[in-house]
Amino acid sequence: MNAPVDVMERRPEADTRLGIIDCDIHPSLKPGALNQYLSERWRKHLAEYGKLNCGIYADRGTYPRFSPATSRRDAWPPGGGLPGSDVAFLREQLLDAYNIAYGVLEPLIGVNTSRNLDEAAALCSAANDWQAHDFVDLEPRLRASILVPQDDPEASVKEIERRAGDWRFAQIQLGSKTSEPLGRRRYWPIFACAEANGLSIGLHVGGTQNSAPSASGWPQFYIEDHHMLVHSMQNQVASLILEGVFEAFPKLKVCMIEGGFAWVPSLGWRLDAHWAKMRDEVPQVKRPPSEYMRTNLWYATQPVEEPENPDDLRQVFEWIGWDRMVYSSDYPHWDFDDPHLAFRFQMTEDEKRMLFRDNALSVYTFR
Amino acid sequence: MTIDGAIDCDIHPGVPNIKALLPYMDEFWQESFVARGIDGFDMMSYPLGAPITCRPDWRVKGERPGSSLPNMRRDALDAFGIGLAICNPLTGGQVAVSETMGAAICSAVNDWIVEHWLNQEPRLRASIVVPAQAPLLAVEEIERRAGDHRFVQILMPAACEMMLGRSYYWPIYEVAAKYHLPIGLHAGSMYRYAPTSGGWPSHYLHDYVANSQLFEDQLLSLISNGVFNRYPDLRFVLIESGVTWLPGFIWRAIKTWRGVRAEVPWVKRSPAETIRENIRLTVQPIDAPRDTDVVERIIEQIDSDRMLLFASDYPHWQFEGDAVLPSGLSPDLLRRIRVDNPLETYPRLKETVQ
Repeated sequence: MNAPVDVMERRPEADTRLGIIDCDIHPSLKPGALNQYLSERWRKHLAEYGKLNCGIYADRGTYPRFSPATSRRDAWPPGGGLPGSDVAFLREQLLDAYNIAYGVLEPLIGVNTSRNLDEAAALCSAANDWQAHDFVDLEPRLRASILVPQDDPEASVKEIERRAGDWRFAQIQLGSKTSEPLGRRRYWPIFACAEANGLSIGLHVGGTQNSAPSASGWPQFYIEDHHMLVHSMQNQVASLILEGVFEAFPKLKVCMIEGGFAWVPSLGWRLDAHWAKMRDEVPQVKRPPSEYMRTNLWYATQPVEEPENPDDLRQVFEWIGWDRMVYSSDYPHWDFDDPHLAFRFQMTEDEKRMLFRDNALSVYTFR
Repeated sequence: MTIDGAIDCDIHPGVPNIKALLPYMDEFWQESFVARGIDGFDMMSYPLGAPITCRPDWRVKGERPGSSLPNMRRDALDAFGIGLAICNPLTGGQVAVSETMGAAICSAVNDWIVEHWLNQEPRLRASIVVPAQAPLLAVEEIERRAGDHRFVQILMPAACEMMLGRSYYWPIYEVAAKYHLPIGLHAGSMYRYAPTSGGWPSHYLHDYVANSQLFEDQLLSLISNGVFNRYPDLRFVLIESGVTWLPGFIWRAIKTWRGVRAEVPWVKRSPAETIRENIRLTVQPIDAPRDTDVVERIIEQIDSDRMLLFASDYPHWQFEGDAVLPSGLSPDLLRRIRVDNPLETYPRLKETVQ
């Protein structure tokens, strides 16, 4: 069990300096990196059929990105390989350079989006082994995310149980685009297991493409699709609350990752305003929806929105609550947020400590 | 005639059943609807009995919400001191899968609104209801109505069969630009796709809340596809969008545009500038806690006094009593929202004051 651990009680060697906690680091695969963690049956299957996603291309996403590997131009390791695939370079360019005490890995490698649930289960398990062995074992400041084949809750629960006692795993990762809205009951076994094991859910933008990105269909450009990911986050927040997930699992923690956060206050006001009129449709929602947004949800900041007046961002922090905000870099992606440059307004030392470190300790258990 | 009072940019006469629309249809459709026994075109986006569709104290048992002109006069036009009001009929014709059946219903609704509302109440104006599922038929309908200057806008559902920036819809925008008619996008969907990118929610409340995300999607589509490059004077009015999502949306749009604008090189201006110039929003609902300074802060963040349009959204339930306007607004801004902004948005309304 990953019982929550008080900051003061953690092993001293795990906390030799006051560093930043980064909730969003993207590791990449070296060629064939998953093979050693897959059975022969799945190696053969993948070689023949690939991953059967809900997309239009066999081996890439629907919307071509705007930089190679969606990455910073300077993040390509000198020794070769994709940005985020070389632990030594990641250590140098991110962890040491910014004094990152802990960094949570958020693999976006399409292992949990296969329509073939057995394939998804095999790939998720392999990807979990890969994170633990190829990253965390080499760099203990990093922590892995438990990837699960979420459309098969039984297999997901097995995978979570397998990893829950392993200090190398910090959370369960889900995507913001799912086959059904995440609050629907098919996903509840995952939430029950998360709560029982004291593991938070990291809800990262992206996921499956069962549904069009918009209620009006498919955008034409990456510039649209990229921004519309934010709307997929809003949808999952609404779903989790309106389905009563946080009434059923009151200790469940969900961290919204890579969706920005300027949308959070208005979504809360909107949910509250219309819930007040139509609450008889959702008797499972016992409190104004925005209250759950202040007790069970956290918001990772990247990509920080850029108001024309930077102080407007401080107002948003205040509306959301400083205790809900956690820092994320999105390294090595192109829209990386530098902790020293991304926030263009003044913060007190207390506010900095909350954002860059202490709030994340409420979300994650680092051992 | 001069305008005395506010200009209500979103009021909903209740569209009747097919039987009442038959007089406005040709023989083929009269025969089809009757022989096939087809009726029941009320939209999933506004179930008739849902609380949002009619404020409880405005609901008349056994009557469709908004179906009585005397009640509309008493509960909205007179109650809120409304000088002019733009009728936005919500009809299943706008969302039908059949292009021609949709067009027949929309056209009948436009005839019906002239006879039963515009001809009966001089304060009323209307939007042209069009079959957006068939842009060429929509253009025909707009051409048919454009000569009647009591039609001041073209009305489309916020979610259609494609993202609204796509060139498929440009014939509608072409004719809108020709007649200086704004495009009104009203909350609601053709339901060709799931209401969210995560699929179909379990509750109507969720569908309704998701409308604001849909409006955001459409702004991205319109801007990225260059609609405002092609039609620089075209205005879109977001009707029943919720409003307070706008600043955060603009900030993210600015950031994304700065990062990847080279993908859409024709988008030369910041999305913020385009939005302030070409986009208008009706102020019911305005999703904010009452008795706070949130609305004032949001309006400062929007940083334009030109964008917001007064609306009661009658008979939809968005506010209690006579709190039709958000509190805490300055007299100058109130004047802009109630009168000046609507007049600037809808050129045809100005003819009324001259």
